Amino acid sequence: MTPPDYEYLRKLLKDHSGLDLSADKQYLIESRLLPLSRKCGVPGIGDLVQKMKGGSSTIIAQVVEAMTTNETFFFRDKIPFEHFRDTIIPEMMKARSGRKSIRIWCAAGSTGQEPYSLAMALKEMGATLAGWRVEIIATDLSTEVLEKSKSGVYSQFEVQRGLPIQLLVKYFKQNGELWQIGPELRAMVQHRQLNLLHDFSQLGAFDIIFCRNVLIYFDQETKINIFGRLARTMEADGFLVLGAAETVVGLTYAFKPFPDKRGLYRPSGVRAGSPQGAASMPKIAAMMGR
Amino acid sequence: MKKTCLVVEDSSIVRKMARRILEGLGFEVIEAEDGVDALVVCKRAMPEAILLDWNMPVMDGYHFLCHLRRMPGGDDPKVVFCTTENGIDHINQAIDGGANEYIMKPFDKEIIAAKFQEVGLIELPEPDLV
Repeated sequence: MTPPDYEYLRKLLKDHSGLDLSADKQYLIESRLLPLSRKCGVPGIGDLVQKMKGGSSTIIAQVVEAMTTNETFFFRDKIPFEHFRDTIIPEMMKARSGRKSIRIWCAAGSTGQEPYSLAMALKEMGATLAGWRVEIIATDLSTEVLEKSKSGVYSQFEVQRGLPIQLLVKYFKQNGELWQIGPELRAMVQHRQLNLLHDFSQLGAFDIIFCRNVLIYFDQETKINIFGRLARTMEADGFLVLGAAETVVGLTYAFKPFPDKRGLYRPSGVRAGSPQGAASMPKIAAMMGR
Repeated sequence: MKKTCLVVEDSSIVRKMARRILEGLGFEVIEAEDGVDALVVCKRAMPEAILLDWNMPVMDGYHFLCHLRRMPGGDDPKVVFCTTENGIDHINQAIDGGANEYIMKPFDKEIIAAKFQEVGLIELPEPDLV
């Protein structure tokens, strides 16, 4: 891939998805786009770029999808799901005992492993939640991954990453080498296409937001902006769950860490604002090679 | 001290592959070619982990598991099946027989690591904050 091609792709991805690639991510582009160029019947990434410059919006959409689709698996990192079961849901059941409803948003729902993990975790709580209405909304930038999420069909490889075997046999149906999550769980998750760069206030107010391993792709200003909007779309006593390698510290005052629970945050009540001077700080994401 | 993992598998190629992965995960590896061979190893000293094939000559993995769980101390090892028997009936039978986890072949390092983490045999390191 030539340096101008790389720059072209960097800028295009930044404009279309907010994905902020540092200068050394050629390997990432190659690993994601070479399969796509083969699919499109062209020999290399240079040819793909030519097609994009020629104005092929379908190719552009496919490139953005290929670059922003994240690896994901069931119960990824485990600990957030323990927090969900042991802290978040019990706290929410106390706080919402009047209206008996909880709204959850998976802001990077991807191919469905996270929202369905939450659905399974809720099912495993059994009678505790009887009479409660729990909504799970899964959004993603990519319509292709949302379709996969809706279908709930996973390969043998995918169901072996993070999913305890007892839950596999309990909640999935086998169809040859493929496994489909049962209709009852599929019905618990609603899907919407959404770009986090755009307004998401139309989704309504949430009690719990899982926004894991997606903000790492954005530059600092975009992260600060998204944190601010997440705080505004959230109930004052709600919970925000970030990825294991993510934090709000140094970026925003809109959320504060929940004591002793890594990755768990609550709105601070300070609606606007980021730590003084944060906007002029060097782009941490770029420095960390993101 | 290193945890011990017994690999029960009749194919020497698969044993070798499993050994390489398990040693990479920090285990001391012992090999057995069939269920009877594996019972001898367990009578001598119970391993912490057992990676268990299903179809083997002399005694298959399922019968080995049933014998193991009746032995003194036989409830201690975490048993992870690793087999081409990928049907849900086999999986249910294995769980009823006392298996802790189940890997459907083909497998790789990520699947072994994920399943071993599932049953508490290994912990994955916490990532650094970015």
